[in-house]
Amino acid sequence: MKRFVIKEFLHIFRDIRTMVILFGMPVVQVFLFGFAITTDIKDAWISVVDPSHDQVTLAIQDKLFASGYFREAEMSSSPAGIEEQFRYGKIKMVVVFESGFGKKLGRGEQPSVQLIADASDPNTARLLVNYASGIINDYTTSLNPNTPALPLVLQESRMLYNPSLKSVFMFVPGIITILLMLVSAMMTSISIAREKETGTMEVLLVSPLKPHQIIIGKVMPYVLLSFINAVIILIMSYFVFNVPMQGNLILLLVETILFIILALSLGIFISTVSNNQQTAMMLSMFALMLPTILLSGFIFPIENMPEVLQWLSVLMPPRWFIVIIKSIMLKGSGLFYFWKETLILMGMTAVFIMGSILKFKVRLA
Amino acid sequence: MQIFRNRMMLPIIFVMPLAQLLILAYAVTYEIKHIDLYLCDIDNTVISREFTGHFKHSPFYNIKDQGRNISKGMDELRQGKVHQMIVILPGFEKALEQGQPAKVQVVNDAINSSAAALMNAYTFSIIQHYNRSKIEPLFITRGAPAQVNLEYSYWFNPELNYKTFMVPGILVLLVTLIGMFLAGMNVVREKEIGTIEQINVTPLSKIQFIAGKLIPFWIIGLLELAFGLGFARIIFNIPILGNIPLIFLVASIYLLVVTGIGLFISTLVNTQQQSMFISWFILVIFILLSGLFTPIESMPQWAKVLTFFNPIAHFIEIMRLVMLKGAGLKHILQPFGILLLYAVVILSLAIKKYRKTT
Repeated sequence: MKRFVIKEFLHIFRDIRTMVILFGMPVVQVFLFGFAITTDIKDAWISVVDPSHDQVTLAIQDKLFASGYFREAEMSSSPAGIEEQFRYGKIKMVVVFESGFGKKLGRGEQPSVQLIADASDPNTARLLVNYASGIINDYTTSLNPNTPALPLVLQESRMLYNPSLKSVFMFVPGIITILLMLVSAMMTSISIAREKETGTMEVLLVSPLKPHQIIIGKVMPYVLLSFINAVIILIMSYFVFNVPMQGNLILLLVETILFIILALSLGIFISTVSNNQQTAMMLSMFALMLPTILLSGFIFPIENMPEVLQWLSVLMPPRWFIVIIKSIMLKGSGLFYFWKETLILMGMTAVFIMGSILKFKVRLA
Repeated sequence: MQIFRNRMMLPIIFVMPLAQLLILAYAVTYEIKHIDLYLCDIDNTVISREFTGHFKHSPFYNIKDQGRNISKGMDELRQGKVHQMIVILPGFEKALEQGQPAKVQVVNDAINSSAAALMNAYTFSIIQHYNRSKIEPLFITRGAPAQVNLEYSYWFNPELNYKTFMVPGILVLLVTLIGMFLAGMNVVREKEIGTIEQINVTPLSKIQFIAGKLIPFWIIGLLELAFGLGFARIIFNIPILGNIPLIFLVASIYLLVVTGIGLFISTLVNTQQQSMFISWFILVIFILLSGLFTPIESMPQWAKVLTFFNPIAHFIEIMRLVMLKGAGLKHILQPFGILLLYAVVILSLAIKKYRKTT
């Protein structure tokens, strides 16, 4: 039995390319998410149409471009050209000042400034308008230093668990989940399916090893690999990106192992229903990967999705695991806060294992 | 022909991507539907109740719970039962009545940073609205301070519908998956099974062989695109302002690039598993950096440089420009040119690497 496990290990390690990808991929992903992927606005190209060209409008432009959100792009001066400009795709918003801006302001009139945003990307457009409005409003308020205090309601905002609003906090739990799913489920399903396909499965069955020993032997290396991978990601996030680790580390690792077992049992289940590698791969990929990424709450919050999809996501194991990881890492919660999710994961594992055993027996008979 | 022989593949090729288009388009959104709120009104006066009334009556806010206990609210935030807590401390009414500003604490669950920013902004706008209704009457007596009339308009997508933005990108994704994966896997499969030997013996030249392998997928890819576009138009009402033949022209070149990449990868590996993994690896990186989910402009310099080599990014840009804004050929010259160059390079590389003897 031991020799069998070792053989499986060597088998995997000999496949250099897969190894590189297995370990390289998570590192690259964390890297990308940490540094490149952000929903924030930075250096957005905008243009200004300014017939007034006076002190006020120039001051406003200075403030806009000093903020780091915007960069100035040259543009044709007529408003008719704006649609064409947007078509080239570089400019995202145009700020149009009225003529005689400063004078009107001084006279107590309300000169207008128009923000025309390219809303083909609605999220960016909204943010651009928000930021620009904020800057412009701040500036005009600062022009009136002598206003007596007004009975305004002032908002003081606190951002819990993620004060600097770093999107990487949200992504790291998701990356760990995806990775575990990928390695565990896909690889086991493929590995077992491959043996079936090439016929070596029969050989194994004839050997003195019992069926469950075969399965454990095949699965062990991947458990170890996944675990090491998960730990690598955690270390990277903690030290490189300062993702907090508020809660109990042991609890996190235990839950991780639970999830790994779940993903593996899913992988085994898939392999019992596929006849060849290609099917196993396709199944793993479409049935697991893409829905996992989309419906698990990894990037896009589940509660904003239509009802139907919310129900669908209930069936996805990653969805529950992500809740658990986030609770532990970002909120520092104890088991009390997610015992429900843990139970669900255990239940799913049981279902998959049962299913695999049943299917396996049928095949043998 | 061989493709169709694999019965199971058929539904996967056609049904799956379309199903995914549906799911993706609906699932992917940064918008918030509603905010689950915990109202903590410790002041509990006439004016504070009037203030919170604005939130109670807004269809956007869902008052999950209210009370006078801040720690209960924090607990509910931790459990994920509410997204936001608004705290009104004692002295609220008093300050306002005296003509002084009063503070209100808005505590957001910021694990999802973009959602948190949005939530905060919505609450802010409600408070601004409230302020304005209270302040305006005062201006009549005191005189308005210098103010600017700020107007904004959203072009090409006035309802700020996120789907409009995502669907062209998702179409690109689908076409890419077909191209890269299936084409690459196909060749490797033959390598594995050994039917390659048989074909190598035939008098087909390298180029003919490769063309023969790629063309079916090329056609399927274009068909998928056609289906996808139809879906987009009919089910999602995505505008197709631009020139449809132009879209297909670009798509044809793009498919060449993508199948070329798939083919190239298959010349490097020996097993289907490896081919899939490598393709997946590259695909994920390309997708993340392509501007599909997050804007390229916000990425650091090194990422922007990498974008040049990312065909997905170029095609997505073209699709969005042409479909949503009606861009013509002259507008998309740069990305299109890059795709053309890419196609030539990658196909040459793939053909060179592919030897008839394995």
